Amino acid sequence: MATDSIAINVELAGGLEILFNNERKLNVELPATTANGSPPNINYLVGHLCDHHMKDSRRELFELQGTVRPGILVLINDADWELEGEGEYELKPKDQILFVSTLHGG
Amino acid sequence: MEKFSLGSENLDLRKRIAELEKELAEYRSGSVPKPNSDLADAREPTEATDEEAEKLQDDETKPVKLDLDEFRRYGRQMIMTEVGLDGQLQLKRSKVLLIGAGGLGCPAAAYLAGAGIGTIGIIDHDIVEPSNLHRQIMHTVDRVGQPKVISIIESLKQINPYPKYIAHNYPLSPENAIETLEKYDLVLDCTDSPQTRYMISDACVLLGKPLVSASALRSDGQLVVLNDPPGEGPCYRCVFPRPPPAESVLSCGEGGVLGPVVGAMGVLMSTEALKVLLARADRKKRRKPAHLPATADEIKDADSKEEGTVEPRKFYMTIYAAFSDTPFKTIRMFGKRKTCQACSPVATITKESMKNGSLDYIAFCGGQASGRYPPLSKEEIIEVEEYHKLREENKGGVLIDVRDDVQYGMCSLDNSINVPITTILTLPMTTPDEEGKTEDEDVKPIPIPSWLPRDTSTPIYFICRLGNDSRVAVQRLKRSGLLNGNIVKDVRGGLWEWSRKVDKSFPIY
Repeated sequence: MATDSIAINVELAGGLEILFNNERKLNVELPATTANGSPPNINYLVGHLCDHHMKDSRRELFELQGTVRPGILVLINDADWELEGEGEYELKPKDQILFVSTLHGG
Repeated sequence: MEKFSLGSENLDLRKRIAELEKELAEYRSGSVPKPNSDLADAREPTEATDEEAEKLQDDETKPVKLDLDEFRRYGRQMIMTEVGLDGQLQLKRSKVLLIGAGGLGCPAAAYLAGAGIGTIGIIDHDIVEPSNLHRQIMHTVDRVGQPKVISIIESLKQINPYPKYIAHNYPLSPENAIETLEKYDLVLDCTDSPQTRYMISDACVLLGKPLVSASALRSDGQLVVLNDPPGEGPCYRCVFPRPPPAESVLSCGEGGVLGPVVGAMGVLMSTEALKVLLARADRKKRRKPAHLPATADEIKDADSKEEGTVEPRKFYMTIYAAFSDTPFKTIRMFGKRKTCQACSPVATITKESMKNGSLDYIAFCGGQASGRYPPLSKEEIIEVEEYHKLREENKGGVLIDVRDDVQYGMCSLDNSINVPITTILTLPMTTPDEEGKTEDEDVKPIPIPSWLPRDTSTPIYFICRLGNDSRVAVQRLKRSGLLNGNIVKDVRGGLWEWSRKVDKSFPIY
């Protein structure tokens, strides 16, 4: 029997943790099926993180037009999300999702 | 047996010493040309001009040799199988440009100079400041106020006088990027803004130069080798096709940085640079041990066989999060982008468009950083001296310091209260901004925050470190609809100006 939620691990780096009360690692539970009937994907996760985990009011520093803002790399199990289908990638239990903001200092 | 072999080794060594002593005597008597006659130039970095850089091209054909001092100096790395004599000669033949002589550039340059890179160019137009010294380890107290390029070369010569050092004491621009980079074999991006990173990557693609790029902020770092091999590896635009919004970009001055974090990234850059250069060494010239009869042809065959089975190359980025339990991570990158504006067959960026200045990198990255702070009217600004006078007369109203709690804890003005800008930004917005936009239109009235004065006669003054966030706070509070006519002003220039003009004992950081 399918479980009604899937648990994934989210990691934040490159300063994004500041938006999440300095939490670098989050255990996130997502519904196995979202409102539109499909399994949760990365874009869904981004909205979910903003709604339920983000402590900073500046949502635009994380989300833009339904997906992550430019300048944030998304890694799905240590590989660039573009190798996996980007925002459409459907999350599986125990997936490791890493959001890294690009840095420019030096 | 043991005794015998040691005895014969001893004999060999004596012979070799005699040979070396003879060479040394010849060298001292001047019958052998002095090694590295460029040494004199290197002592005067200010004289190493662009004209000299142009001469670099001619040096290409000169055969490269190591003198005895260099054997001794580089011996510890030369005996590594990854280096060898061929590798060391390759390093000496190489010309590397470091863009930025700051937190990344200092350690990277130190190790590259130490490793014996033949020509090291450094471009930077800043001067050394006291706030640089916690991480920019090639600069010193007595060189505060000097150009960074002069200061760094001074230190590098103390590490190794052999390389030729070229100082480029000007800002890199789209107009001069091609000209500056084209004389070098490899570029290290040690800069600190998105616009320079895009510009350097574009120039490297156009010139076919590999690029080692790293960055650091607070306790995080990132490292990636781009355009390597040229034309094959992804460029900066492949990795980041769209620039981040300007308001999300923080410099080390704004966000802070831990010295060893940026240092570690700089050191890793030098390793990657050495790897790129050593890969070009001519291994086929390496002498084979007597028991391996391989000839040059056989080696070539082995190489070509490998080529046939070679897998498509994968590209990685290293990320470092110093305070994480597992600080290093290597992540696999997507690789070259088919629609890349710089390096794909449909690229639109050309040498000409760079040189004639038609590429506006600042606009591409969302404008000057200072443009993101709202302009205020005259009535919304108070100068530090004037505010000081009001305080003396006990008319200072409520002084709200909008820095974060860490900075507020470092130093603050008496009788100020701390409400971080992140909290100010959670205020509702009920009056439209200049574009007529209102957010949270249907928002329910929120309770008046405890830090706001209840009466309309108490003026409210905002202050911060440099006078930027305090401007945002003024505008945001006015738009919140929570006030009933209080005076709201920004203390212009913030605590920095306060320290300069009112109280010199107030810490500047």
